[in-house]
Amino acid sequence: MTGPVKQVHLAAHFPGVNNTTVWSDPRAGSHIAFSSFAHFARTAERAKFDFLFLAEGLRLREQHGKIYDLDVVGRPDTFTILAALAAVTSHLGLAGTINSTFNEPYEVARQFASLDHLSGGRAAWNVVTSWDAFTGENFRRGGFLPQSERYERARTFLHTTWQLFDSWHGGEIAADKASGVFLTDPGAGRFGHHDAHFDIEGHFDVPRSPQGRPVIFQAGDSDEGREFAASDADAIFSRHSTLDAGRAFYADVKGRLPKYGRSPDELLILPAATFVLGDTDAEAAELAHEVRLQQVSGATAIAFLEQLWNRDLSGYDPDGPLPDVDPVPGENTTARGRASVRMHRDPVATARDWRERAEAGKLSIRELIIEVTGRQSFIGSPTTIADTINRYVQADASDGYILVPHITPGGLDEFADKVVPLLQERGVFRVEYAGPTLREQLGLPLGPVAGLRVTSDAARDAS
Amino acid sequence: MTDPEAGRLRLAVALDGAGWHPAAWREPDARPGELFSAGYWTDLVTEAERGGLDFVTFEDGLSLQSADRYQRDCRTDQVRGRLDAVLIAARVGPLTRHIGLIPSVIVTHTEPFHISKAIATLDWVTSGRAGVRLRVSARRDEVTHFGRRELPAGPHAREDLFAEAADYVEVLRRLWDSWEDDAEIRDVDTGRFVDRDKLHYIDFSGRWFSVRGPSITPRPPQGQPVVAALAHERVPYQLVAESADIGFVTPHDSRQARAIVAEIRALQDGFGRAAQTVRVVADLLVYLDDRRSRAEQRRARLDERAGREYQSDALSFAGTPAELADLLLEWHQTGLTGFRLRPAAIPHDLTQITRALVPELRRRRAFPDSYGAPTLRGLLGLSRPVNRYASAS
Repeated sequence: MTGPVKQVHLAAHFPGVNNTTVWSDPRAGSHIAFSSFAHFARTAERAKFDFLFLAEGLRLREQHGKIYDLDVVGRPDTFTILAALAAVTSHLGLAGTINSTFNEPYEVARQFASLDHLSGGRAAWNVVTSWDAFTGENFRRGGFLPQSERYERARTFLHTTWQLFDSWHGGEIAADKASGVFLTDPGAGRFGHHDAHFDIEGHFDVPRSPQGRPVIFQAGDSDEGREFAASDADAIFSRHSTLDAGRAFYADVKGRLPKYGRSPDELLILPAATFVLGDTDAEAAELAHEVRLQQVSGATAIAFLEQLWNRDLSGYDPDGPLPDVDPVPGENTTARGRASVRMHRDPVATARDWRERAEAGKLSIRELIIEVTGRQSFIGSPTTIADTINRYVQADASDGYILVPHITPGGLDEFADKVVPLLQERGVFRVEYAGPTLREQLGLPLGPVAGLRVTSDAARDAS
Repeated sequence: MTDPEAGRLRLAVALDGAGWHPAAWREPDARPGELFSAGYWTDLVTEAERGGLDFVTFEDGLSLQSADRYQRDCRTDQVRGRLDAVLIAARVGPLTRHIGLIPSVIVTHTEPFHISKAIATLDWVTSGRAGVRLRVSARRDEVTHFGRRELPAGPHAREDLFAEAADYVEVLRRLWDSWEDDAEIRDVDTGRFVDRDKLHYIDFSGRWFSVRGPSITPRPPQGQPVVAALAHERVPYQLVAESADIGFVTPHDSRQARAIVAEIRALQDGFGRAAQTVRVVADLLVYLDDRRSRAEQRRARLDERAGREYQSDALSFAGTPAELADLLLEWHQTGLTGFRLRPAAIPHDLTQITRALVPELRRRRAFPDSYGAPTLRGLLGLSRPVNRYASAS
């Protein structure tokens, strides 16, 4: 082996509002009580994880025009809960998903800069974009964005917040009681951005925060999403947690960096990964199957099928065979507020494939859905999981994983107690935090551009 | 049985930077270099809680502080820059146990949907101690910071700003009620996590925005977190009377205090809220020392450093904690629920409140020895409201 071994990065995704999260388990706790979030964050910090990750959705999901009731529903405001978690942790990064379509740059920049100050430099932003009028019904902006413009708005939004973050350079607060000089520069915070999306100017009111800019995550998997990550993000939250898919994705995205003048270590690839631990591999496999049964109830199986078929299948028996009818083509009118339905690019072909798999394996609807959706990424004893994670990282299938436990809030405890020490023994995971800021845990430079003055003219030229 | 706390005097502190006086940051005990740190705010709020205060408020804006109400003043000799007030409140929430936390939010440029879930979350984080103080903004620079709207113009511009605020409160309140308390059922037999009949679309449609709902955040512990507004005259008094739980007002003597309370009560009746409790709380700017002359000298010294007399909308009081206690007890008789004190300089005037004024009020049996309720609504003597969407069954 040449060179030092790669270090593994680990993060914890608070269990989300989807069927990965098993709420029916007797151990499952509240999804809204602060004690659940605090427990989860403290476990992640005890295990020396890089960061905690929160997803966000700005409208409750619907199926057949009714609120979808089979999964966990309800979550806190992202910024507010992260600021509160900063009070019960000291080194853990705090990563929040914030939408670039239903927010404005000035407000988002001041919230992230505030969070970064209040956490001593631990803020991270997963920049997501949406275009749907469905979510827009909750906002002043209303309406929607043409799908083709969503990344353009996201990129412009992000760059505009960078202008705001960089509008303070770090030396402006003198606070010198004797001379009476509080600010060294009367123009501190000056910014201007003028384009088709944002026509704003003035003075930003939050002084430069410890990280300068929050760490930027990108989660989109499309070609545009990958380009956005390659040009602008510090880390990617991907779905490709298997060895082969992970390596292909890793090579693809890292390969896009040079054209933006970036080196491969400037963008971390961190797939979301689920896990089931047992004392032995055999026990873990058994547990994993039980968890899949909990995750895919009969009702959930029918609901999944309807999302692909785009029609009412409530009359079908989940323990019976798949429907003979084909999916309804065109716009998905069955499920709304759910990104996954957009991944069914050719529903009729997928349905044909599923039918063939069901017939070949003599699978019922529920068994088929268990088979085709969300098998756990890592299943095994602590040793097996630690070795697998390390092997995948060393093989460039990822730079680490964002773990998604299926039990709230204790689903991370066992991993922290049993797997993390093994990774530490192997010398591939930190025993102590590198420093106070998230950028230090991730091995990223502190926010750039200290000293660069962005005037409104320069901003106009740049945009 | 009547609540022994019902008529008691409530006491709060308004936190802003190094204190309300523009020269406060230059005082020997000021910590102006720490204004952007969590430790600073934690220290202030825990001090207020040790003093048994009912709540603290946090000032905020979407632009640099300015002596000019409409634009930036370009000064470099006063505190400029600040952190988001909701996030400061959330950051100190887990480190306190009793005190109410009321951050300021600007209505004019923010989304009611976002703020509704932010305040609901603050209420979850604090187990029922959240409120929000709503402000409108007429600053021209805040308009260009957002770049998506013009301010209302014409003869009714001011009324329009406040009418929008009233719509905003209506959306907050509907969203807080959009989940019934028992909406989460976790019914393993049917596989349903929620009873969707207990989640409600709010379908608000007004002149400035429409919001469909429901909230993404379950109904907060208080049901309805506390809504507050500062009001100096008729138009904002209407907002207080129509929509708020607390009105901060600025009488300069007890006669004015009585008149303001009467005006708000009359407006409240007009809005059909006679039966609802609206707490009228007077703001006072305070300079406190163990001798009146010392407090007056300190005020003079601060004014001299600032280069001019600091003019406040609220009455400026310089004197001893005992003299302030006299004034508070006299004004309390006019129907005011209590007082929000604006410390001229922090930490000096804050600790004078917590360590001298409060003990003085306790000696006079005018302030409780300990917290008497676990929620902010409880401390204010407000009951937990019935959900407007709950079917009467």
